[in-house]
Amino acid sequence: MSQTVHFHSAKEFADRTRAAVGNPAHRRSFRGAMDFLQAKRAAQFPDPQAFENLRTLGEAIRRYSLAHLPDLLERLEARLTANGFHVHWAETAEDANAIALDIARRIEARHVIKGKSMVSEEVGFNHAMEAAGIEALESDMGEYIVQLAGETPSHIIMPAIHKTKQEIATLFAERIPGVDYTEDVDELIRIGRQVLRRKFLAADIGLSGVNFAVAETGTLCLVENEGNGRMCTTVPRIHIAITGIEKVVEKLEHVPPLYSLLTRSATGQAVTTYLNLISGPRRSGELDGPEEVHLILVDNGRSRAYADEQMRATLQCIRCGACMNHCPVYARIGGHAYGTTYPGPIGAIVSPHLLGLESTYPLAFASTLCGACGEVCPVRIPIPELLVRLRNEAQALPTANAPVRGRGAARRMLPSAVWRGWAFVYGHLKTYRLVSWLLSRGRALSPANQGAWTASRTPLVPAPKRLRDLLKEHSR
Amino acid sequence: MSTTRERILGRLRSVPSADVAAPAVDAWYASQEDDDASARVGKLTAALEASHAEVHHCASRDWSSVVLRIAEEKSLRTLLVGAGTPHGEALRRQNDSGNATKSDLQIVDYAASFETWRERLFENIDAGLSVAHSAIAETGSLILWTGPSEPRLLSLVPPVHFVLLDVDRIHATLYAAMQTERWSAGLPTNVLLVSGPSKTADIQQTLAYGAHGPRELVVILRHADGGAS
Amino acid sequence: MSNTSHRHYPAKPGDVYLFATCLVDQFAPEAGLDTVRLLEREGIRVHFPEAQTCCGQPAYSSGYPDEARAVARQQLDLFPRPWPVVVPSGSCAAMIRHHYPSLFADEPTLAERARELGERVFELSEFLVHVVGFQHNDAVEPCTVALHTSCHARREMGSHTTSTALLRGLPNVKLVEQAHAEECCGFGGTFAIRHPDISEAMADDKVQSLRATGAGLVVSADCGCLFNIVGHAAKQDERAGNAKPTLPGEHLATFLWRRTGGERS
Repeated sequence: MSQTVHFHSAKEFADRTRAAVGNPAHRRSFRGAMDFLQAKRAAQFPDPQAFENLRTLGEAIRRYSLAHLPDLLERLEARLTANGFHVHWAETAEDANAIALDIARRIEARHVIKGKSMVSEEVGFNHAMEAAGIEALESDMGEYIVQLAGETPSHIIMPAIHKTKQEIATLFAERIPGVDYTEDVDELIRIGRQVLRRKFLAADIGLSGVNFAVAETGTLCLVENEGNGRMCTTVPRIHIAITGIEKVVEKLEHVPPLYSLLTRSATGQAVTTYLNLISGPRRSGELDGPEEVHLILVDNGRSRAYADEQMRATLQCIRCGACMNHCPVYARIGGHAYGTTYPGPIGAIVSPHLLGLESTYPLAFASTLCGACGEVCPVRIPIPELLVRLRNEAQALPTANAPVRGRGAARRMLPSAVWRGWAFVYGHLKTYRLVSWLLSRGRALSPANQGAWTASRTPLVPAPKRLRDLLKEHSR
Repeated sequence: MSTTRERILGRLRSVPSADVAAPAVDAWYASQEDDDASARVGKLTAALEASHAEVHHCASRDWSSVVLRIAEEKSLRTLLVGAGTPHGEALRRQNDSGNATKSDLQIVDYAASFETWRERLFENIDAGLSVAHSAIAETGSLILWTGPSEPRLLSLVPPVHFVLLDVDRIHATLYAAMQTERWSAGLPTNVLLVSGPSKTADIQQTLAYGAHGPRELVVILRHADGGAS
Repeated sequence: MSNTSHRHYPAKPGDVYLFATCLVDQFAPEAGLDTVRLLEREGIRVHFPEAQTCCGQPAYSSGYPDEARAVARQQLDLFPRPWPVVVPSGSCAAMIRHHYPSLFADEPTLAERARELGERVFELSEFLVHVVGFQHNDAVEPCTVALHTSCHARREMGSHTTSTALLRGLPNVKLVEQAHAEECCGFGGTFAIRHPDISEAMADDKVQSLRATGAGLVVSADCGCLFNIVGHAAKQDERAGNAKPTLPGEHLATFLWRRTGGERS
């Protein structure tokens, strides 16, 4: 089992969103979290012009990196190899898991301890390990909580954002031997720390993601607050880093602006507690650190998105989550309703490239195109435009070699006909005159039941006279 | 050469390359306000304290007694130092000298590879002492260059982490640190930026310290001219 | 958004075009007429090309670019003189100004015409503030209103500032701000139909925050949002058995005209 999509049709997606918006506690919890994160981010960017200047730089770095992506990947590989890393290439999720399993089998690994890695979620790493009889345990506190509950993250930066401390208290008391119910957050964290410290020591392999991979020095940069990432990349004998091919930057000097944009956008922090720059395994004379470091470079649909000039902008993402923190739809339905590893606006534009439009096209339509996501994106990804593009692709005629898999998956006879009719009316003046006149004059016949519109609104009724009629009278 | 690699690179190369100008990182940082040395000390201190770190200023010659005093106040029993390091030796001498009040503190050397004493490191070491390679004023970040005398776990596993920093090692920004110290010419296997004690807000956005790393970060700022404030 | 910055505003012209939008033409013609009255009072001749229908945004945002293009194409030729085009909707103004060029990207001549047109498309409130220099007294009884700015008006036209300025310029109007003022009301064109549950949740929150301000009226320069918000509030009234609407709404043009002594014909 690899990638997971938990819904397979627009109807299932609609059912999930209905359930989510109908849960007041869920709504309150997300609203509170979103307000908190929005306020924290806003405090980090008090001057709009300074923010624009910095994001111009961030965007330039990401666009430059992508423009040179194949060269940078080769340079990264060469430099990392010279530094003593092992570099692997994975075309699919299955490839990525197979590479990790090969390493695990070679050393007869029983336990993998994981730092936060969305790509490992994307490829279904945990399932692949479990299927091979290897424990894969999350060590980020939020991820640990979510895994303990048998769930998946609902946010890419704050995985357990959907859970209250009471729920977590109950979870700990039920699932961790010898733990009593407590709502004291410090105590809950202390419990997690204690459990996981044993797990770091027991692990044969530490798995991590990568925030930035620097080609010129062969350096992997990891951003975190908890220290579990450092544990995972230091304590076990083997460190495996897994990342998407788009994460490479050319120079070390490209990291500071992106790092600053990332932490300020994600959690409203000027800086995280740790920035961990790894440029090699333990060298002779050193007393700790992994003996082997592996990097798995995952494609999984990215190179296909890369081929399309407009959709390539999707790969600029630095995974800060600001778009979801500011998305009014995400705030109402939460992360799980999306059913994909990456939820929210970024999930809606990334997931089709990873999974195809067949199962993911409803996400592109689950947006009012309000633009809040694009406004806060620290690398200026035009998310609303990309959502529109994916809507177009989803409803276009299927073609071979379409820039995104599953083109035409949402194409339906009836809506296509309706929109052709709409274009005919509004594209032909005489028809429009007639139809709009009929609607005005027949306003008494306007239906009281206008379907989804009147489910929560009063009906729309045309005015007795159109503006064009009033203006004729006005000019007389 | 793996065919997977060739296929991925082949697909990426099949796209006409876009002409995108190199980002002007240097120009952007040049446009930012520059602080003088004393302003950098102030900024660093403020940022570290905002991140829940303790900051102590002292004259360079006094640092060891300051560390020992704080260790005593915190009732620490064991303090880990890099084996054979000048600061480790200095601290041990000071601790053994008896000038200070009779100390129960034991100075422990990180002298053997981690695997040989991992249980003790995880269970029985109260604090670690690092020497910062340099620091960043803007964000209140301490830069550690790990290696044989500054092992990676010394700054991570013990619940209390002391860091010595000379004030003349404070850069304005991370970018300035990288450029001035020419990081691109070569880096140790692990460089760490530490900007406070380990923390998490994963439970209902409530901040808690000591998630996986140190609960306390104690920074000793050493002023060469004795100009402690 | 950077879209909204560095706009060049012309001197007050003698003539303007009105692009009224399909919603105004069919459902809120008073708003269009009041737009004309506001401009004429300033000594500006207003030209309404009768062949106009719709900017094409409904199809564009629903993922039917061919249909959007077919309709948009008809509008491109309607404004031949170099006069400003005033639009009493931030959303439709943004469609023309920001999305027409990419919609016609494959046809360079049309794309150029779209760009040229976009340069002189103005949302009503930005035109009144930056070009007309709107200044009128409202010698009528004091009132308390809340302003809802559409997301496209705010993020693509930057006209939340000008709408606010117009209301703040009226001495007897107390403008109150609702919580989460910058958040979408849940309309989103066909989104309201495609995702009625999410849309309702958003509209519900919006109405609640507007009611909490105590404003007697919600004003907006975009009819789509206004219909969504006021329609949702009215449905609540209906269910509660309120005879009178407890949260009525008015288009900004109508509100300005009514408050500043404009005559009703």
